[in-house]
Amino acid sequence: MTTIAIHNGRVIDPALGQDGIADVVIVDGRIARVGPGEGDAVIEAERIDATGLVVSPGFVDLHTHLREPGFEGKETIRTGTEAGARGGYTTVCAMPNTMPPLDSRAAIESVLREVEVSAKIRVLPIGTITVGRLGKELSPQGELQASGVVALSDDGDAVADASLMRHALEYSTRFNLPVAQHCEDPSLVRDGQMHEGWVATRLGLRGRPASAEETMVARDIALAELVGAHLHICHVSTAGSVALIAAARERGARITAEVTPHHLTLTHEEVAFAEDYVHIGYNTNAKVNPPLREETDLEALANALRDGIIDAIATDHAPHGVNDKAIEFDLAAPGLTMLETAFGLSMRLVHEGKLSLPTLIERMTIGPVRTWRLDEIPGLQGLGTLAPGALGDVTILDPDAAWTVEPEAFASKGKNTPLGGKVLKGRVVATIASGLIVHETERMVAL
Amino acid sequence: MTSTASAPTTEDGRRAGGAWNHQHVLDLDDFTVEEIESVLHLADRMREVLDRRIARMPALRGYTVVNLFYEPSTRTRVSFELAGKVLGADVISVTANTSSVVKGESLIDTVRTLRAMRADAIVMRHSIAGAPYLAATNTDASIINAGDGAHAHPTQALLDLYTIKSRLGSIAGKRVVMIGDISHSRVARSDMWGLAAMGAEVVLCGPPTLLPRGLRAQDRPPHAEAALPHVTIETDIDRAIEGADVVMALRLQSERQQGGLLPSIREYAQLYQVTEKRLAKAKPDHVLMHPGPKNEGIEIAGSVAAGQHSIIEEQVTNGVAIRMALLYLLSGRTDLPTDGEGRA
Repeated sequence: MTTIAIHNGRVIDPALGQDGIADVVIVDGRIARVGPGEGDAVIEAERIDATGLVVSPGFVDLHTHLREPGFEGKETIRTGTEAGARGGYTTVCAMPNTMPPLDSRAAIESVLREVEVSAKIRVLPIGTITVGRLGKELSPQGELQASGVVALSDDGDAVADASLMRHALEYSTRFNLPVAQHCEDPSLVRDGQMHEGWVATRLGLRGRPASAEETMVARDIALAELVGAHLHICHVSTAGSVALIAAARERGARITAEVTPHHLTLTHEEVAFAEDYVHIGYNTNAKVNPPLREETDLEALANALRDGIIDAIATDHAPHGVNDKAIEFDLAAPGLTMLETAFGLSMRLVHEGKLSLPTLIERMTIGPVRTWRLDEIPGLQGLGTLAPGALGDVTILDPDAAWTVEPEAFASKGKNTPLGGKVLKGRVVATIASGLIVHETERMVAL
Repeated sequence: MTSTASAPTTEDGRRAGGAWNHQHVLDLDDFTVEEIESVLHLADRMREVLDRRIARMPALRGYTVVNLFYEPSTRTRVSFELAGKVLGADVISVTANTSSVVKGESLIDTVRTLRAMRADAIVMRHSIAGAPYLAATNTDASIINAGDGAHAHPTQALLDLYTIKSRLGSIAGKRVVMIGDISHSRVARSDMWGLAAMGAEVVLCGPPTLLPRGLRAQDRPPHAEAALPHVTIETDIDRAIEGADVVMALRLQSERQQGGLLPSIREYAQLYQVTEKRLAKAKPDHVLMHPGPKNEGIEIAGSVAAGQHSIIEEQVTNGVAIRMALLYLLSGRTDLPTDGEGRA
C-alpha cells in the first residue's frame, strides 16, 4: 500500500467548488481524503510540503499530437507523455494523424500496446472521422469506439465535403462520440501560410483569412444542429467563431469548443517581429494552423474562455524536428510544441486579470473532461476531480514562479516553440499520475 | 569629379560619412534615408564607370559573388553578373531548384557550402518569401535579396529610386503611381518602402482582388501604424494617374485569371492598361517605368512603352550601376579611386 500525503497546499478543485488550504491523501493510486489536517491522520506516507503552492487535479488535454506510429523522429508516446507530465498533464487525448492514421481497431490497439509499455501518463486515443484522413469515406465509428477511442477527428485537415461531414455527425449520434473538427475551409486557405492581415502583407506571405475558419464553423454548427450531433470545434482562433459558437449554444446546440494557450496569448506579429517593427524575421516556430490572429481575436477568446463559451484549454501540442522548421517558411511544417509551456503561457491571462486561477484550472481539468464526457468512460469515474475515490491524478503548481523557457531542455523531441528564451510566470512543481510521481522539480519539498 | 564615396572607415568598420551599416541587403525596410542616399550617390560613380568606352574598374578583385537563383531570371541575374564583372569580381551563377530541398539539400546547407568555398556575397532569388532571411541568419557571407516570393526586391527598388532621382531631380514630393498586381509584387513592396522613406507620395492602384490587406493605416492597430509605409490605395486607374510624376506599370501574370482573381486578361487590359489616353492626366513631364519583363498590350500599351516618357531602358542600365554600388559597399572595401578616370 503506497500513500502520498500532500500537505498544506491551496487545493483548487473546480468540480467540487473547493478552494482552500487542505491536505490531499492518495492511497493506492486513488484520492483517499481531502481536507485540513487529513495528511497528519495517515501514519505512513510519502509526504510533500505544498505550503505556498496550489494543488489541482491533474490536467487533461483534449488535443495532443504524439506522432507515434510513423513520425517517431518528431515525438514518441514515451517522450510526448513525459512532456505532458512536465506540463502538469495526467491525461492526454492523442490525435490520429499518425502513419498509419488511427482509423481501425488494429491501429488503435497498436497505440494502446505502446502506451501500456511507454506512457508516463494516461493516453486516450482519438480516431479519424474518415478513412485514412482522406475525406472520402467514413471511418468505422463503432469499431473505433469499441477499441477505446474517445472522440473522432481528422485534425490537421478539415473534412471539406459538407455532405460527408453531415453523415459523420449523424452517424456519431448512435455512439455519442464527439466529432472534433479542424475548421478551416481548404478552398479559402489554399496555400496560405499565416493569418491574412497586415503582417502577411508586410512579409509577402499568402494569408489564411479568419473567414476560412468562420465559414466552416458556421457550416458545421448548422450540420450538427440538423442531425442533433455533438460537434467539437478544435482550436478556435477568431472572434467571429466565438460569436457563432455562443449563438449556437444559446440555441441549445450540442457545440463544445477548445482554445490553445498560444491562440489566447500570441498574435500574428509573432511571426515577423522580435524587437521592433523595422527588422523582420520569418519565424517558422510561430507558423501554426489555424494561424495566430490579432489582438481583437485574443480578447474575444479570453472572454469566451472566462464565460464558458469555450469549454477547455487544449494544447494542440505539435512537435516537429529541427529540419521541419529550419527551412523556407512555405515549406515549414505547421504547429508548435506546447505541453511543457501550456500552464505558464495560459497563466498570463491570470496575471493580467482576465481570468481567475480557479477558472483557468477548471478549463484545464474538469472542463475538458465534461466536454467529452470522459468521466463516463468505465474506469475514469471522477477524472478531473479530487473527489475521494477518483484517480490519483494531482498537479502541484506555483502560479507565481517565473522561469525561462529553454527548448533544449524539453522532454518533448519537439523544440519548435516561439517561446524560447521568454520568461513565463507560473510553473508546474510536480505531477502525480494514478498515484505515481511522474514529474518533480527542485521546488517540490519532501517532508 | 566626385570625391565622396571613398571615405575612410572608422574604428568600428563603418564607413564614415557614407552611413552604410549593412552586412546584407534583404529589403529597404531597414534602410535609413542616409543609407539610401549613399547608395544612390555611389551609383552615380558607378554609372560613370559603366558609360566608359571600356567599362572596367578592378575595385573588387579577389571578391567572389555567387548568383544563387532558385527561380528563373534573365535580367536580374545578368545585371548582377555584369555588375560584378565590371568591378573585377569573380562571378558564378548557379541555377538551383527548390525541389532539391525535397531531396534533402536544405537552403541552409547550400548557403553554408558556398560560403565554405569562400563566396563573399550570395545573390539570391527564391520563389518563397523570406528565404534570403533564412540564409542571412545562417552564414557570414553577404546575402543580397534578388527577389523573394511576393516579398521584396530591394535592388530593383534602389534602381527605381535612382532612375527617378536622375530624371526628375528629386524624389521628395513626387506622386508615384504603381499599377497592377500589388498583392503578388515584390517590386511594389520594396518600392513603397524606398519611395516613402524618400518622401514620395505613393499611390497603389489595382483591382480589389490584387490589393493586399492591411495597407491602409486604418486596417492596422494604432501601435503598428509605422509597420508599413504610408500609401494611398486607388482602384480607379484614371484617378490614380491624375497628377502623377511617375507611373509604373507592373507585370500581370496570366495565372491570376486561372486563380479566379480576375474575370479575364481582356477585362484587366480594359480597366488597368497604362495607355496614352490615360497618361494625358499625368503631369506633362511625367516618366513611365516598368520593372520588366513587360506584357505589351496587357498592363502597358506598346506605344507607351516605347514612347517619349518611357525610361524603361534607363532602369535596366541603372540596375547595373546600383548593383555595382551595392557589391562594392558590401565588400567593405574603401579604395575606390577618387578621380574621375579612376583606373587602378
